[in-house]
Amino acid sequence: MARLISLAEAISENVHDGDTVAMEGFTHLIPYAAGHEVIRQGKKDLFLIRMTPDILYDQLIGAGAARGMKFSWGGNPGVGSLHRFRDAVENQWPRPLEIEEHSHAAMANAYEAGAANLPFAMLRGYIGADLTKVNPNIKQVTCPFTREVLAAVPAIRPDVTIIHALRADRKGNVLLEGIVGVQKEAVLGAKRSIVTVEEIVDELNPPSPNSVVLPSWAVTAVVEVPGGAFPSYAQGYYARSNAFYIAWDEIARDRDTFQAWIEENIMKAGPGDFAKHAKKAA
Amino acid sequence: MSDFTPTEMMTIAASRALTNDDVCFVGIGAPSAACNVARLTHAPDITLIYESGTVGTKPDVLPLSIGDGELCDTALFTVSVPEMFRYWLQGGRITTGFLGGAQIDRFANLNTTVVGPYEHPKVRLPGGGGAPEIASNCGQIFITMALSKRGFVDKLNFITSMGHGEGGNHRERLGMKTKGPTRVITDLCILEPDPVTKELTVVSIHQGVTREQIVENCGWPIKFAETVIDTPVPTETELQTLRDINARTKKAHQGNKEAA
Repeated sequence: MARLISLAEAISENVHDGDTVAMEGFTHLIPYAAGHEVIRQGKKDLFLIRMTPDILYDQLIGAGAARGMKFSWGGNPGVGSLHRFRDAVENQWPRPLEIEEHSHAAMANAYEAGAANLPFAMLRGYIGADLTKVNPNIKQVTCPFTREVLAAVPAIRPDVTIIHALRADRKGNVLLEGIVGVQKEAVLGAKRSIVTVEEIVDELNPPSPNSVVLPSWAVTAVVEVPGGAFPSYAQGYYARSNAFYIAWDEIARDRDTFQAWIEENIMKAGPGDFAKHAKKAA
Repeated sequence: MSDFTPTEMMTIAASRALTNDDVCFVGIGAPSAACNVARLTHAPDITLIYESGTVGTKPDVLPLSIGDGELCDTALFTVSVPEMFRYWLQGGRITTGFLGGAQIDRFANLNTTVVGPYEHPKVRLPGGGGAPEIASNCGQIFITMALSKRGFVDKLNFITSMGHGEGGNHRERLGMKTKGPTRVITDLCILEPDPVTKELTVVSIHQGVTREQIVENCGWPIKFAETVIDTPVPTETELQTLRDINARTKKAHQGNKEAA
């Protein structure tokens, strides 16, 4: 059964130095507050996994929390580069970053294979693409029935997956709606999982029998963090702050302004500070 | 006809490539603008799909990211990302993929990964995202990007997604049954692959643009088709639709600034 605990406890109990960590959310429901707590607690040598490492992973990388990253698209959507990610790859600042790069299709399949307890995923992918030349984890399998050659990638089995969801009930059952990305697969494929939610309610009342629900017994820890996805968004609660995503470009471009931002907004702030930002965005 | 910018011409020319019957996988940026102009003008029943899992979306403002709430709010339905890539894209349900890119070569291969060597890149770009499988699994591919020496290069450092590879029947040789890139829409002209060699060739030139300009802005010695037509200028409706959606988008994205 999931434990309903504080964010500080959830991170300190479940995220260890050196862990493989997936923080998922496809534009929607990105677990910013939890990621910031990882930085605040000074976690080190993490191998990060995420299809679309956007600003949150830019922050983790720039703060020096990551030794490596597995990903498929590393940009600030609609804005441009992730400057901290680029600085790490191009100049090894603040430390070198090992990268394992895939396509979205491969990552999505790999998460699904993880959830399905399979060792690898296969897809009709990477045809004519140079990633196969630089990523030794992209291999080929031959269909035993048709002899078609398909791409194969290892299943994603994180030590811990962290996601943000809309709400949970007091038993720790969790509801996601809207753009649900790969969160269900990422949680089910992980050894441990932390879910932050906008609110904890008496009755979950899933809107449909087909709603995406993660039962309490499939989750390790549930934490109430209103606004915990800001500057990403939570469907029905608050909108994406596109203005922040645009503003981040300037903040992250320079090492000093980046470090000042981390100091002020993460190291000297607490998880509760998110709620007020999100309220403004609502 | 009022004045229009080269970028407006590019977006409108790109929108015209789409039809009402298309099921279109939309890339962010220039492709997204073109696809929505098509939907708001000549192709009202087009199905627009973004890789965040939103299917049949009708955004009122252009999304900044591929997963803005606007896309989900206006979609016919929204699926998980594994379902998006497995059932709908790999399943062969998408007629047209619309991509942009940082760099393109004469066979419409795209690079959005690195400039310089992969291990020690001069510029680390975002990477492929959905593009490698969009390029191989959609019925055909349209590409839109501004014509410049920096973007249209003689040789790519990295092939993120394959267009026509080394040209000729390279796609077929790799077992692909889809058409690959069939049109590249730039701010100066429209290119299409030669039917045999698959080398991108100028087939239509926008108003006020000279052949010399096109040659000067391309990183390889660009060829012109035997028959080159004039791209029809934007209609009032097309231009107004594009300007309206851009204005709505600008207003929406600059909101809640204090949150920054």
